[in-house]
Amino acid sequence: MALFRPLEPVSQRARIVLGIAFFALFFALWAVATLGGYVSKTFLADPITMVKDGWILLTKFGFAHDIGMTVWRVVGGFVLAAIIGVPIGILMGAYKPIEAFLEPFVSFARYLPASAFVPLLILWAGIGETQKLLVIFIGSFFQIILMVAVSVSNTRRDLVEAAYTLGSTSTGVVRRVLIPANAPDIAEILRLVLGWAWTYVIVAELIGSSSGIGHMIIESQALLATGQIIFGIIVIGMIGLISDLFFKFVNRRFFAWRLA
Amino acid sequence: MSTDAILRIDQVSRIFPAVSGRQPVRALEPTDLTIARNDFITILGPSGCGKSTLLRIVAGLDTPTAGRVMLNGRAITGPGPDRGMVFQSYTLFPWLNVADNIAFGLRERGVSEAMIRETVAEYVAKVGLRGFENHLPKQLSGGMQQRTAIARALANDPEILLLDEPFGALDNQTRGLMQELLLGIWERERKTVVFVTHDIEEAIFMASRVIVMTARPGRIKADIAVDLPHPRHYTIKTSPEFSALKARLTEEIRAEAVLAAEAH
Repeated sequence: MALFRPLEPVSQRARIVLGIAFFALFFALWAVATLGGYVSKTFLADPITMVKDGWILLTKFGFAHDIGMTVWRVVGGFVLAAIIGVPIGILMGAYKPIEAFLEPFVSFARYLPASAFVPLLILWAGIGETQKLLVIFIGSFFQIILMVAVSVSNTRRDLVEAAYTLGSTSTGVVRRVLIPANAPDIAEILRLVLGWAWTYVIVAELIGSSSGIGHMIIESQALLATGQIIFGIIVIGMIGLISDLFFKFVNRRFFAWRLA
Repeated sequence: MSTDAILRIDQVSRIFPAVSGRQPVRALEPTDLTIARNDFITILGPSGCGKSTLLRIVAGLDTPTAGRVMLNGRAITGPGPDRGMVFQSYTLFPWLNVADNIAFGLRERGVSEAMIRETVAEYVAKVGLRGFENHLPKQLSGGMQQRTAIARALANDPEILLLDEPFGALDNQTRGLMQELLLGIWERERKTVVFVTHDIEEAIFMASRVIVMTARPGRIKADIAVDLPHPRHYTIKTSPEFSALKARLTEEIRAEAVLAAEAH
């Protein structure tokens, strides 16, 4: 019963075992539903077909190239948004006139759904890579700005005051207090937004694309190849999980001062 | 004394403007105070008496509603490295280790790295933190964090050191040790110190002059010289002279604390 006391910590081993256990349970239920004949094969492939279809996709249809294209689009659009968005967010959080100037528009712009821009962006930029990158960019850029600005705004005032009494100038406070104090939060924001960027890229690839995971998924739908669709979705999930673990590792490495 | 004044507080008052229909708060009545060079002043008062407000105005972190503060004859317009400050909350930069925290002000001024190393080593030794140079703030106890904060302020070689209840969050034993440490540094270097506290014993033990403030609105009620000889040993706290001063200040403060409690 001690296991179920609120907030009681669980051992590292139990954590891993339990985490894997749910994956196993998920696949087992899926297998029972499909292989047991409870769900029509037309609508949902069974796990074995999914793995087979995936293997065929990878070996015969060059799916690895599609995966590569999708990853590059996400990373490209996201990195671009981060390079421009993070500094703007920092300036907005630090300098209130800039915040007053940009905040209302950015708050508005971040609710513009990136997917709704797809038709417009096709008109503007065609169906090439620029259009795909722009979808990711629009989806991530305003989110990054706003979240970074909020984080910087919430910097502990007493640290800023301490820096002033030690002789810091305004730019010194930005450079040597606001940025290092918020670096872990900014990394965390980027991790979150990268997750969202993955949703946008698939939407961008569903329409007017000749490569990518999203393109494969829409093609498979025409062929009723639900095994391929599920394989594509699982691949996205796996890449998401890997990038998440990578970000967490980097954060732990660089921002050890933040951990308790 | 007034001939060698380092700090002059001249009719300084602070009224916090009204928030959402409430009355404006008069935190500090017009106050005059002159502080002599190399003196150790404690400002004693119940919480909410405006003593921290006064200190923050001297630090340049708050602006007086009226009046002015002169440091060495120059009016204070904002915070600066000539007035080092130690806060009640732990304000070490959590991403910097002890050595880099102490070096912060020196780096801001562009002091050479060789000079910084030397100064940091000197102040690390002064506050007894040798061997902890590479520790992060979160790895230190509260007392060690405040020692680092004192070293960080002193390494900048300020004209005057301001401390805002720096030992308020520490346990009693640690607080006693910290008082001795700070007093020891002052006895050797005679840097001008203004120390805000609500602890009567602390105020007497370290000061050459105790300023007692009244409850809100804050005003100076008494200005009491402490003529106990230096160097002071902690045993002085049980001497008859100390006890007499303590009894007198307790009376002064008690009346104010009662007023403050009634006002709330």
